[in-house]
Amino acid sequence: MKRSGVTQLALMLSPVVVTLLFATLILLAAGANPLEAFGNILAGAFGSAKKWGDIAVVMVPLALCAAGMLVTFAAGLWNIGVEGQIVAGALAATWVALGVQGPPWLILPLTLLAGAAGGAVLGVVIGALRTWGRVNEIFAGLGMNFVMVALTNYLIFGPWRPPDGATMSGTEPFPLAARMPMIGSSRASLVSIGLAVAALVIVYFLLRDTHWGLRLKAIGLNSAAAARMGINTHREMIVAFVVCGLMAGIAGSLQTTAVYFRLIPQVSGGYGYLSQLVVLLSGLRAVAVPLIVFFFGAVQVGSPRLELRMQLDSSLGGILQASMVLFFFLIKGWRQRLADRKERNA
Amino acid sequence: MLDPLVIATLQSVVASASPLIFAGIGETLTERVGIVNLSLDGTILLSAMAGFAAAYLGNSLLLGFFVAAVVGALVALVVALSSIVLKQDQVAIGFVLTLLCADLSSFIGLPYVRIPGPSVPYMPLGVLASIPVLGEVFFRQNLVVYASYVAVFLAWGWLSLTRPGLRLRSVGERPEAAFARGIAVNRLRYTYAAIGGALVGIAGASYSLSVKLGWSHRHTSGMGWIALAIVIFGGWSPFRVALGAYLFGALKSLGSILQPSYPNVPTQVFQAAPFALMVVALLVVGGGAAWVERYVPAKLQRGILALIGGSPPAALGKRFEQL
Amino acid sequence: MKIELVNIHKRYGAVVANEGVNLTIAAGEIRGLLGENGAGKTTLMRILSGYTFADAGRILLDGVEHHPSSPADAIRVGVGMLHQDPMDVPQLSVLDNFGLGQSGGLYRRRRPMLASLEHLCQRFGFKLDPEAVVGSLTVGERQQLELARLLALGARTIILDEPTTGISAPQKALLFDALKHLAQEGLSVVFVSHKLDEVQSLCDSVTVLRKGRNVGELEAPFDADGLVHLMFGQQLPAGARPVVPIDGGALEVRQLSVRDHRLSLDGVDLHVRRGEVLGLAGLEGSGQQLLMQAIAGIVRPRAGSILLGTEDLAGRPYGAFRDRGVALVPAARLEEGMIPGLSLREHFALCHHCGHGLVLDWPAADSLTREQIAAFHIVGQPLTAVDKLSGGNQQRALLALLPAELTVLLLEHPTRGLDVSSAQWIWSNLLARRERGTALIFTSTDLDELLQYSDRIMVFSGGRVSAPVDAPTVTVQELGYLIGGRGL
Repeated sequence: MKRSGVTQLALMLSPVVVTLLFATLILLAAGANPLEAFGNILAGAFGSAKKWGDIAVVMVPLALCAAGMLVTFAAGLWNIGVEGQIVAGALAATWVALGVQGPPWLILPLTLLAGAAGGAVLGVVIGALRTWGRVNEIFAGLGMNFVMVALTNYLIFGPWRPPDGATMSGTEPFPLAARMPMIGSSRASLVSIGLAVAALVIVYFLLRDTHWGLRLKAIGLNSAAAARMGINTHREMIVAFVVCGLMAGIAGSLQTTAVYFRLIPQVSGGYGYLSQLVVLLSGLRAVAVPLIVFFFGAVQVGSPRLELRMQLDSSLGGILQASMVLFFFLIKGWRQRLADRKERNA
Repeated sequence: MLDPLVIATLQSVVASASPLIFAGIGETLTERVGIVNLSLDGTILLSAMAGFAAAYLGNSLLLGFFVAAVVGALVALVVALSSIVLKQDQVAIGFVLTLLCADLSSFIGLPYVRIPGPSVPYMPLGVLASIPVLGEVFFRQNLVVYASYVAVFLAWGWLSLTRPGLRLRSVGERPEAAFARGIAVNRLRYTYAAIGGALVGIAGASYSLSVKLGWSHRHTSGMGWIALAIVIFGGWSPFRVALGAYLFGALKSLGSILQPSYPNVPTQVFQAAPFALMVVALLVVGGGAAWVERYVPAKLQRGILALIGGSPPAALGKRFEQL
Repeated sequence: MKIELVNIHKRYGAVVANEGVNLTIAAGEIRGLLGENGAGKTTLMRILSGYTFADAGRILLDGVEHHPSSPADAIRVGVGMLHQDPMDVPQLSVLDNFGLGQSGGLYRRRRPMLASLEHLCQRFGFKLDPEAVVGSLTVGERQQLELARLLALGARTIILDEPTTGISAPQKALLFDALKHLAQEGLSVVFVSHKLDEVQSLCDSVTVLRKGRNVGELEAPFDADGLVHLMFGQQLPAGARPVVPIDGGALEVRQLSVRDHRLSLDGVDLHVRRGEVLGLAGLEGSGQQLLMQAIAGIVRPRAGSILLGTEDLAGRPYGAFRDRGVALVPAARLEEGMIPGLSLREHFALCHHCGHGLVLDWPAADSLTREQIAAFHIVGQPLTAVDKLSGGNQQRALLALLPAELTVLLLEHPTRGLDVSSAQWIWSNLLARRERGTALIFTSTDLDELLQYSDRIMVFSGGRVSAPVDAPTVTVQELGYLIGGRGL
């Protein structure tokens, strides 16, 4: 049954509609005006030209991590540890930025390499814990996340604290040589955007057109049979964690060298968990990621305005994002159920 | 006679472990029937907030715990329904719900941040409380902590001694066989998901009303994940799960107790310790058990594996299709 | 109990499982239900026992119409089914499984349950340890437990679906005695099988199904030729045995010890020559699978050597075995052999590395797939997902995915679940490989298959292995005794 374009669009947007209804209920229960709240988010996101730069800034780590996680999901892995991989990348980049002297064309690439390496190392740890330690990667990743956060706090309040004294603002600001160049007066960096786009494109082709991508897919669907067919499942899984770590680590390093220009306690900003939502919502399709990342980014940038203007917690943004994914799954399941019933009665 | 400081520490350990016991036992029941409720961390946050708010607004602790239990059960039912009726992946739904419930708790809970509220009163149990050491530690607590002891024994008794408990176990191990014997597989799954979820809800309320009073942003962060790990670490068996809960409770309490004595050790070590321990514990139960099976002679294996071995219910996370 | 099935129809999508089937069984009768794979026997019995619903038709038990809505519903009206893989919970004990599903109070009272179980066991000569974990029992013992359970619940009809696959000869004798006793007491027994000799020795009468229809009923004593004619439509010529020069050693196994959590196999010696076919006989779970997995490099042996030519591969990683031309085709096709969800084309791309370096060459994979589809007569397209293929086509696909030249090819139950013509095609393909020098080792529970295709047969029983016997000279009886454990 060929569906018209309009019906297709309506079906795709149904999670959005249900999400808005759900959020409306929550807002009403909290005694707030829903329209005013949504309006504030929109204004917060698109109100000025500067905001578009902010959205780009948020989109970068989301896109990088989403790209990385498309790889791990292909292999059937739940890399919740991506959040820790971002932090690991940030720590490694900070170490370079604060410790190494030199001109920008040396330092900046080094920070990127260091970031990638940091994320990759954590990927090896998580992968090893899973393959040889039989520790589910969800717990291995979570454990590492908390450990990385603690490590960050330790460094910020300890060895890397500013000379004036440790504060919650983080380390000393980076020297100019360790800061990525911005586009005009916005906060967006061309390098960051370029890397994010490159990551998505690379992952798209990696999964679709390479042997390795097909092997990952096989492992994700039936790892026992894949092993019988001669695929080295342990190695490929660890490589998948490493690839994701490379991208997440780069995202982490960019957070320090292109966004905050220092290491702050919340350097990963929950982007790891958020990018999981992005990938789930995309149905594991790389082409759907950019649009979702844009939407999530806009919500992320617009939500803080709720606190300013309406005394509402900005977590409404998180509610919108998470419920989008939840309703996406629920509606998908419901439609499949209706389709199955139709087929049975036919 | 033990040093009063040691007694006080042990009391604190038992108290702070009680929410983990509720959550761990609740999730054990849910997983034994075949459902993974990954949303624990978010559910605990949401129910902690809801329980506190309800107790504060209604000026009734009972109402608080009741509301928290209902919240916990509802979230668990969403997971169960999505899996059974809508055929979605339990892990994916659970993960999304974790984030959603956490954000809901922050949003709805904003008016209740850092407000002093009711707390469960201290209630030493007369005669039992005067038993040296054991009595002082276990029976000079509040009602919630006593309830946690009951929960462990009830769960064990239910699973091992009763007919409904046997049916529960069969559903989690081989639902087709259970179905062949007239057991309503999916109905049982809903039931125990709800019961387990209610216990998780009570765990949340016992944080905000007993252990870590009040409400604030991400008040109990991380405890839900520890509870999930405890279920695995405990081999899906109530007494071992309780043991795991006390272990982690000990670690958390130890942090604040030992810190003054070791000022050179950064506080973050104590913060991160429970989660590092979580990974180590799972390593012992996972890779360690596998190593034992492979290299340790068979006669010694049984004893060791009784302590650290344990496989998940065979049908955990798998859907059951009734033809 | 008298059973009447009237005009039963059932289809699964486009496949007709039962078409207008009428069947009447008197109380106290042992009825055999014969037919080849896919004839509709299991579906019909599943309908009778409440596991599924008929699209049309009626069921009458002792003259009263019933619509069993579930297996539990069916046993309540007295119809119990014993599956080929008994519906028990392996992680629970014998006593727990026995009592599970019986109504009663909150607490499980052990003593009455124990007494009931013991009484039934004594009646039939079953020996079951109430505390044993069911997962550790043999298939025969699990059957006995299930039979006891159904009787305890008041079954007046027992349906057995291919019960003798994988049980020992003494267990089979015990089972048949029990069934005869039950029939004398007025229960009706339905014995679903494709084994003519068993049906001949046990049943009072036989119904034959073919392609979903009831094509005939016969009374004992049966004419075997007549039964075969009803089942297949015409006499199948026995395949002629080609004479193939067997020369040179392909594989030698010395003093091999392998273990898994249930079984240990020790001190196995065997040698296989190029072009030779070695059949491994015995009950399932007696060690054949373990040995084959060790030879294929899937399981690591604890001691001993596996020699291919002069090279000892024992202890080497799996890849080393594959590189030397050793391959194993598993019985669980979709669980261990192929990837459900991936297409035929993707499987060939994975196995044959189409393309250079990192990048896949899809057009090359596509044409390779088409070639193989044609060569192996696979009913499917390059883009068909392998889980959508029928069992026979999956098996062909598995064979097509193998490298063209192999030193040793191991097959777990190569024709299980396949109809006769598919089975014959598979064997012709395998024999072609043997002509090119591949040594074949296969397991089977079908004694006829073993006798027809093997050059030598080794019998496994509880972890012990017989010396290889020459297939052309051994008889079915001798083989049966060896399998039963005598003479090992």
